[in-house]
Amino acid sequence: MIKVEGLTKRYARNVAVDHISFQVEKGQIVGFLGPNGAGKTTTMRMLTCFMPPTDGSAEVAGFDILDSPMEVKRRIGYLPESPPVYPEMEVIEYLNFVGRIKGVPKAGMARRIDEVMEKCAITDVRRKEIGKLSKGYRQRVGLSQAILHNPDVLILDEPTSGLDPHQIMETRDLIRGLAGDHTIILSTHILPEVEAMCERVIIIAKGKLVATDTVANLTSRLHGTEMVSVEVAPRLSSTAAAGSDGHVFLSQVQQKLEQVAGVSRVLHKESRDSRERFTVESLQGRQIRPELARAVIESGWNLNELHSVGLSLEEIFLQLTAEHKPEETPAPGITAAPLSGSAEASGVSGEAQ
Amino acid sequence: MNVLTICRKELSSYFRSPIAYGVMFFFALIAGYFFYVATYSFVTQGLRAAMMGQSQPMDVNDYVVRGLLSNIGVIGLFMTPMITMRLFAEEKRTGTIELLVTSPLHDYEIILGKWLAALILYAAMLGISLINLLTLYLYGRPAWKPLLIGYLGLLLQGGCMLAIGSFISACTRNQIVACVGGFGINLMLWVVGWVASLDSSTLTHVVGYLSIVDHIDSFSKGVLDSKDAFFFLSFIFLGLFLTGRAMESIRWRA
Repeated sequence: MIKVEGLTKRYARNVAVDHISFQVEKGQIVGFLGPNGAGKTTTMRMLTCFMPPTDGSAEVAGFDILDSPMEVKRRIGYLPESPPVYPEMEVIEYLNFVGRIKGVPKAGMARRIDEVMEKCAITDVRRKEIGKLSKGYRQRVGLSQAILHNPDVLILDEPTSGLDPHQIMETRDLIRGLAGDHTIILSTHILPEVEAMCERVIIIAKGKLVATDTVANLTSRLHGTEMVSVEVAPRLSSTAAAGSDGHVFLSQVQQKLEQVAGVSRVLHKESRDSRERFTVESLQGRQIRPELARAVIESGWNLNELHSVGLSLEEIFLQLTAEHKPEETPAPGITAAPLSGSAEASGVSGEAQ
Repeated sequence: MNVLTICRKELSSYFRSPIAYGVMFFFALIAGYFFYVATYSFVTQGLRAAMMGQSQPMDVNDYVVRGLLSNIGVIGLFMTPMITMRLFAEEKRTGTIELLVTSPLHDYEIILGKWLAALILYAAMLGISLINLLTLYLYGRPAWKPLLIGYLGLLLQGGCMLAIGSFISACTRNQIVACVGGFGINLMLWVVGWVASLDSSTLTHVVGYLSIVDHIDSFSKGVLDSKDAFFFLSFIFLGLFLTGRAMESIRWRA
């Protein structure tokens, strides 16, 4: 249904999208995952014929985006990041306008609009001005606009951004309900969202394709390892004895944690009032929490906190990009992380802009 | 068909924002003032002429209509940027331009639709000023053909300014910039006519020819000069063509 080959978008100073190739089969929901500025929106804009690629080609529903943009546009429903609604229009009026410019036949228009409003649960606000609707409603109006002409392909740019958790759940349900009839590409920078909605995932960072895989494969690949957050503090008496030398304590704890069986690496996160926080990553398939706790206690330190943390997108990128080109990732361990401030802020590969 | 859809949408958003009402109000006010002044001086001069015993009657078309028409054109210079400023800039700012561009519409349909809506609004404003002139028929019998041709000229001239305004609006996402830019260009196109009176070299002639105000003279005299009509039409075409280029630039600029 969608075939992308070597798609590239170059601007004067930077490359927004760099030779991306992938395919999406009919009826699939594909998640387009990447941090902000990775090139998701640019790729989508090229697929929707909003802007032409610098290089490469793409085919949507059997039509080339450069050769027959009109045919592509007829078969695509697109929801940009901010819903393209006219605040002064009433919902039903807006859908009428969109229906006409999308070429929905006049005869079935009223019925189709009713159908779509039903599907997106906006029938109760049909006579309201869009500008006066809540953000969740506006997003759904945007979505109804995208599906109005019953397109083969739906392209949704961050469909849940800026919504509250309840609205996010509703929107996800709605999108899941649309699968089957439509082939859907949706972009997001939230991993659970992909897990919740998509069958396949395409990960890009800095304009490059990092991975494309089924969601099941990806999560098993990533969740085999465990990330544990540990906060350790020296006992009060021993602080006095050590002459409150934070650095010594820090490296002692770091060493101790690294020696625990099953630990693959230890990242120092932050120090506050002589309490040190670390993120410890396990080797594939190892439970390390009991061992970590024992190691800390046996060394005579206070264990303030110990809990398992999910992988953040940054860390996934760190992992995935590390698999691809290890030379670009910062060396693990204390030397890479500044003493104050978290590892996320230190500009790992996910911070593409 | 698509042109009309876009046009209708633009018109309805004009009348839902205060812009249309504000612009029409001030246009009516200023045009009404000019009409009052023109008729007042015509009447007093007529009276004086009658008292001096001049038998030759004064022509309403010459004294009132002609001057008034070119004045209305000048008001248009100030008002048209306010009509066109939001056409594209607003859609670019809110992102609705993405809806239009990714819909199966040709660029020219979007541009023509928007320009047509602006032209209809301008025509409505001219219509208001026409009401003033029609009151002259209560007291006299001014020739109606020059009046009609004069208004046709105003409409064409307005079309030019609206096409330029569309172009400026398509270049920016800021309405204020679009308004000021359009106003500046309109002003330029007005004052370049003045250089023509400096000397008679080819350069001043060419530059002076660009003045959109001067080309309305023949119309307000009641002469339908194909040369001036052609000037206006090609000017409109150029403006809309540039709008198309500017719209396309959205696609290769970030």
